[in-house]
Amino acid sequence: MNEKFDEHVTVIRPRRGWIAINWRELWESRELLYFLMLRDIKVRYKQTVLGVAWAVLQPVLSMLVFTVIFGQLAKMPSEGFPYAIFVYTGLLPWTFFSTAVSTSSGSLVNQQALLTKIYLPRLFVPSSAIGSGLVDFAVSFVFFGCLMAYYGVMPGWGLLAVPALVALTIVASLGVGLILAAVTVTYRDFRYVTGFLIQVWMYLSPVIYPVSIVPAKWQWLLALNPMVGIIDGFRAALLGRPWNLTALGISAISSLALLAYGLFYFRRTERRFADVA
Amino acid sequence: MSPEHGPAIVAEGLGKVYQLSHRTDRHDTFRDALTAAAMAPWRRFRQLSGEDASMEDFWAVRDVSFSVPQGEVIGIVGRNGAGKSTLLKILSRIVEPTEGSARLRGRVASLLEVGTGFHPELSGRENIYMNGSILGMRKREIDTKFNEIVAFAEVEKFLDTPVKRYSSGMYVRLAFAVAAHLEPEILIVDEVLAVGDAEFQKRCLGKMKQISERGGRTVLFVSHNMAAINTLCSRAILLSGGRVAADGSTRSVVETYLSSSRQKGGDSTALHDAPGRRAGSFPHFTSMELLGRDGKAASAFSPGSEISIRIGLHVPNGLRAPKIGIGANNTRGERIFAVATYLSPTPISRIGETSSVLVNFKLPALYPGQYMFDASLSTEEGPFLDQVDEAATFEVLQDGYLGSSHPYFAEMGVVLVPSDWSVNSVAA
Repeated sequence: MNEKFDEHVTVIRPRRGWIAINWRELWESRELLYFLMLRDIKVRYKQTVLGVAWAVLQPVLSMLVFTVIFGQLAKMPSEGFPYAIFVYTGLLPWTFFSTAVSTSSGSLVNQQALLTKIYLPRLFVPSSAIGSGLVDFAVSFVFFGCLMAYYGVMPGWGLLAVPALVALTIVASLGVGLILAAVTVTYRDFRYVTGFLIQVWMYLSPVIYPVSIVPAKWQWLLALNPMVGIIDGFRAALLGRPWNLTALGISAISSLALLAYGLFYFRRTERRFADVA
Repeated sequence: MSPEHGPAIVAEGLGKVYQLSHRTDRHDTFRDALTAAAMAPWRRFRQLSGEDASMEDFWAVRDVSFSVPQGEVIGIVGRNGAGKSTLLKILSRIVEPTEGSARLRGRVASLLEVGTGFHPELSGRENIYMNGSILGMRKREIDTKFNEIVAFAEVEKFLDTPVKRYSSGMYVRLAFAVAAHLEPEILIVDEVLAVGDAEFQKRCLGKMKQISERGGRTVLFVSHNMAAINTLCSRAILLSGGRVAADGSTRSVVETYLSSSRQKGGDSTALHDAPGRRAGSFPHFTSMELLGRDGKAASAFSPGSEISIRIGLHVPNGLRAPKIGIGANNTRGERIFAVATYLSPTPISRIGETSSVLVNFKLPALYPGQYMFDASLSTEEGPFLDQVDEAATFEVLQDGYLGSSHPYFAEMGVVLVPSDWSVNSVAA
């Protein structure tokens, strides 16, 4: 047991500026992340009538509304696919992203006891919120399979790229989620900002429209929004559209930059959480 | 535990500052008010960011240094607001100190609240894993202790019931059971024993004693319950105003604490703009001052001691046959007793425009802890002129009133009754 004492020496002192991430601590308490995720997933549909069906219902209802309004009435181009399928391939990553961002941005404020009553790697709190979004994603992905079968669209080898795209979505949503979670602890206004932000963000992402309707010389600018490359990538992977690697590359870089900044900002502000929560 | 490992906890000059806003917003003209309203978001932004110069520094903890050898159980005592909780939060890494440093050797677990991370929708079983993991236990560790935890909490039958359907007693038992089975090298415990029923509290105290004795674990324990501190701790630290006021054997520190609390003068509370004034009241009460037997201001009393309250009143044109009432509540908001002019053989016939009213009575032998006085003033006909909740707070000290070393818990009742037992057995 004595070696244990040597292993754990905690030094507490005021810190300034940039605080490095304690990877060792994160690794040692990885089970906590698992339990937090498990809890979020279990609690999400407790005492609901439809349960996990909500995970499908949400994108499906959006799909129906968008198909009628943008597909039928506004005659939005859909790159030669049935608009329903086209918009659903956008809604898949988008719903995941928006759920993940909104739950993780509220996670700290909604669980103040985890900030003020106990010490734990606080990065896990917003991170775990991504987990339940992932389950929803998986469920709605299964529904997508049915949709494809119904329209008789066959997926190609691109399907293999989906896990990588999902990983990129996690990176992007974690980056945004961390920043918003940290900001919301101090400035509660951001509870309202987040909802509005996500709404606007959807229209800046090619969910209901194809990237191709944007003039080619401006596409790189649009791709600074991580969801542009990701959604476009999803369409390439699932519908066999040509890959727009420039857009994907820019979006990947901006996702990583967001995550890096999110981690940085979170660590910087973390030490004040318990004081202001 | 070889000596080269040194002490388990070393704190050096720990300090924590909080910023308090002391601004009073007064707008003399409509233009001032408009400008202030327009500037408000900016000002609030600066305040929330901690950059507002009008904020005043408040040191919750300052210059706190001490060292705890491995295996020692140390009690932290002090009045409310003395900085006990802040110190525990610093040592638990929940808040960062503003200055100073601390070094802790070994795995640290802190228990500042019972059931942190419990989710009402999850079952008892799920919450054991959730809470255990939040407290820093590995899944494997929880697996092996699971049955013990369940047995300790006595919730076998309800393991798969969501904890929101638990009685509050069951909830607390389960939460404490998880925490009690932690095996950290350093355990930091805040007033968690204040909850739960007496029988369970006794078991918790026993468990904590066992934890410290068996494993050579270091325990830092905050409590208002002097009996519990006396039973558990060999050494104690008294905090006062955020600083270490005494550090030594439990007996002497507790003695210092009790006598300092008795002497410490409570300031008379100004009631001109008391936060507890009920809506519809006019500010007639101007002050309330608690006095001890010697006639000096005090804020802590022994059970059963003489107490006087001096009340300042301002009633324009005075009042005939005023009805003044003072009620004492405990921290759970339960009314414990009331004294009033109309309940006394010596009512007051009239008060002038500005007057000072004195009432003397003998405090019941109350369960030690924090209490609050509410005050009310009404006319002879009945309508309330002024009602102030929590006009003054006072503390009833734990001072061995019953002459027993056994802890007295809230659940045993709110009044302490000394008793005398004898036995007369017939040989069987």
